[in-house]
Amino acid sequence: MLTLEWESEGLQTVGIVVIICASLKLLHLLGLIDFSEDSVEDELEMATVRHRPEALELLEAQSKFTKKELQILYRGFKNECPSGVVNEDTFKEIYSQFFPQGDSTTYAHFLFNAFDTDHNGAVSFEDFIRGLSILLRGTVQEKLNWAFNLYDINKDGYITKEEMLDIMKAIYDMMGKCTYPVLKEDAPRQHVETFFQKMDKNKDGVVTIDEFIESCQKDENIMRSMQLFENVI
Amino acid sequence: MAAGVAAWLPFARAAAIGWMPVANCPMPLAPTDKNKRQDELIVLNVSGRRFETWRTTLERYPDTLLGSTEKEFFFNEDTKEYFFDRDPEVFRCVLNFYRTGKLHYPRYECISAYDDELAFYGILPEIIGDCCYEEYKDRKRENAERLQDDLDSENNQESMPSLSFRQTMWRAFENPHTSTMALVFYYVTGFFIAVSVITNVVETVPCGTVPGSKELPCGERYSVAFFCLDTACVMIFTVEYLLRLFAAPSRYRFIRSVMSIIDVVAIMPYYIGLVMTNNEDVSGAFVTLRVFRVFRIFKFSRHSQGLRILGYTLKSCASELGFLLFSLTMAIIIFATVMFYAEKGSSASKFTSIPASFWYTIVTMTTLGYGDMVPKTIAGKIFGSICSLSGVLVIALPVPVIVSNFSRIYHQNQRADKRRAQKKARLARIRVAKTGSSNAYLHSKRNGLLNEALELMGTPEEAHVGKTTSLIESQHHHLLHCLEKTTVSPSPATPTPPPPLSGFRTHILKLVQLQKSKSVPFRVKSSEEAPEEWAVTEVGPALPCSALRPHPTLHPSHGPFSVTEAKGSACQSPSSNGQISRSCYGPQRRISGGPTLVLGDAL
Repeated sequence: MLTLEWESEGLQTVGIVVIICASLKLLHLLGLIDFSEDSVEDELEMATVRHRPEALELLEAQSKFTKKELQILYRGFKNECPSGVVNEDTFKEIYSQFFPQGDSTTYAHFLFNAFDTDHNGAVSFEDFIRGLSILLRGTVQEKLNWAFNLYDINKDGYITKEEMLDIMKAIYDMMGKCTYPVLKEDAPRQHVETFFQKMDKNKDGVVTIDEFIESCQKDENIMRSMQLFENVI
Repeated sequence: MAAGVAAWLPFARAAAIGWMPVANCPMPLAPTDKNKRQDELIVLNVSGRRFETWRTTLERYPDTLLGSTEKEFFFNEDTKEYFFDRDPEVFRCVLNFYRTGKLHYPRYECISAYDDELAFYGILPEIIGDCCYEEYKDRKRENAERLQDDLDSENNQESMPSLSFRQTMWRAFENPHTSTMALVFYYVTGFFIAVSVITNVVETVPCGTVPGSKELPCGERYSVAFFCLDTACVMIFTVEYLLRLFAAPSRYRFIRSVMSIIDVVAIMPYYIGLVMTNNEDVSGAFVTLRVFRVFRIFKFSRHSQGLRILGYTLKSCASELGFLLFSLTMAIIIFATVMFYAEKGSSASKFTSIPASFWYTIVTMTTLGYGDMVPKTIAGKIFGSICSLSGVLVIALPVPVIVSNFSRIYHQNQRADKRRAQKKARLARIRVAKTGSSNAYLHSKRNGLLNEALELMGTPEEAHVGKTTSLIESQHHHLLHCLEKTTVSPSPATPTPPPPLSGFRTHILKLVQLQKSKSVPFRVKSSEEAPEEWAVTEVGPALPCSALRPHPTLHPSHGPFSVTEAKGSACQSPSSNGQISRSCYGPQRRISGGPTLVLGDAL
């Protein structure tokens, strides 16, 4: 008998509990009461960051582009990134569209760091123009400086073999697997060895900025190829 | 590569400088931009609405009309803009495609108009963006179905010349409106189905008592009459089934079809009953077989459109019905279990087992509430109320889907019927238009000749007697004339003396005929006939010579024209001395000495 009573009692309580929970949920749904303090809607508002670039005249003074060139560049930039800044993911996406056959994410990551001079995780139009100004309108010295900056991943002023290997692997990744002749597995490593043999004058295992610039200036091919993209804009 | 990303190409190229120091081999030369002109604004005038964009924007897609040199064909030198005589609304979408790289489909546009515009601008519809692609495909499918419907109904209406007896019979069965016999058959079978169903029903009604025994149903009181009725119906049904079987184009498929199964099920009980009347044990089972006679009512679906639609809807909503059934079953089991345990404690509870609780749950969830099983404990009542609330929800959910399916199919059928009804009116309109245009053609022929004749006479004011036709109409008629000239062969001439002339009319006739003969492409052969052509001048009162002067081709000095036997050589200017430079215009002329008046009937 007792068990029967307990059963019915138990079920009664269960029933009442179910009803209370359901009504609480209903009230929450109707928005009359709130359980958690922070709701999701606030987070969305933080995500959209907008950035407006400096005035056209200022940019013209800072960079070596003409007004018209800046206009064309900004139009393309704004079209792709209406919010005014490029974050790393968008950057990688854009860059990967140019190299569909391989994986360009690693190289794009290094490139992003090279463009993002103030290291705030986003490339604004000013950073973009600054980088392009050096690459397209700068002196050979400046360009080599920029390239050194790109290779020097941790920005300590020295290019180590590991850093160079990372860069080289990233470049080879961009090529993809469908090359002819098929690249060997250790091709990046060999390439790094060749590079260090050429660049590292005092054979101390690292390449400083002066060694780098000196060696590059001695190489005809490199000098010529630096002038290659002069008239891109 | 997307259009927007093309703007980043200079950046990617500049970033390539990062590879230079590590490169082993020398780099290839960069392509030079030969005609590097400053980016300029292009004005596109679409039916008066001006759109402006950069030239480079349009050149992003060089294999479309706007991106290639094809647009130069539309360049207007005077206004220095590109003019397109097309819809500006759709052009907005097209231009946005160039700007953003995404092609959108506006919902308010007609699908065929949109397709036409896309085809004009050389854009493939497949690149419509994901946001609008579904809508586009749906509308396109609907349109295609409608066209297919039209085509099918058209094919059905066509009278196929030679049908075998079997095919005529099958067509008669499927479409009772094709012939009177079919209609009669249709109504007769319908009547007998109704009779059969009614007898089935009336059979069971208690019919009053025969003295000395209990209340009898009508079926047993008048068993002979009912038996005769049943026999008659079954005979008709059997005959109908055999005829359909004979006429069916594919017998195997017919046998497997739903309607034929229903037919068989409807008549089988009778035959089985005939065979098994003697055996007493089986007659029990035989009685239950009678219940299948009610399936005869399904035979009505051949007669009723709505019933067919209902059946089709249920078939197409099979998944929704399945979902409904499944969710109901789940809910029933859950609630039955809960109710059973809740009511276990109470005394004299009707909830003796879980399967017994199923009945309560079903009745509650479908909101029937018979009241034969009622919970008595508090917990039972709480859970019972939750059960009924959830029942309403679970049943209400799949129902709108089924309803909307039914509505869609029903309206489709309605539209098809409406189209068929309007088809007659449509065809009549088309016929009127056709005859109207051919009448206009004949009319213009008359008027054209009349006009020319009047011009000849030098009476300018009367030259406007004929009805003025538009340029397009006159060109169209000219074309039809040429066709006539091409196809009609000249008949050999029979020299007949020109009929006596009198009056102005005949003047006109002769003049016209004279003129027409000038334009005739055939070359008059014998020189002796030639003078006869000009013989007209003798006829009738003297015509002013000036009247004849306007004929450029009429040179008295011109010698013989030779009649060619060539048939169908119309519209060819004959060589040599022939100078029939006038292209074909005018009714078919028969050459020779006495040109007969083809024109006579027209006037």
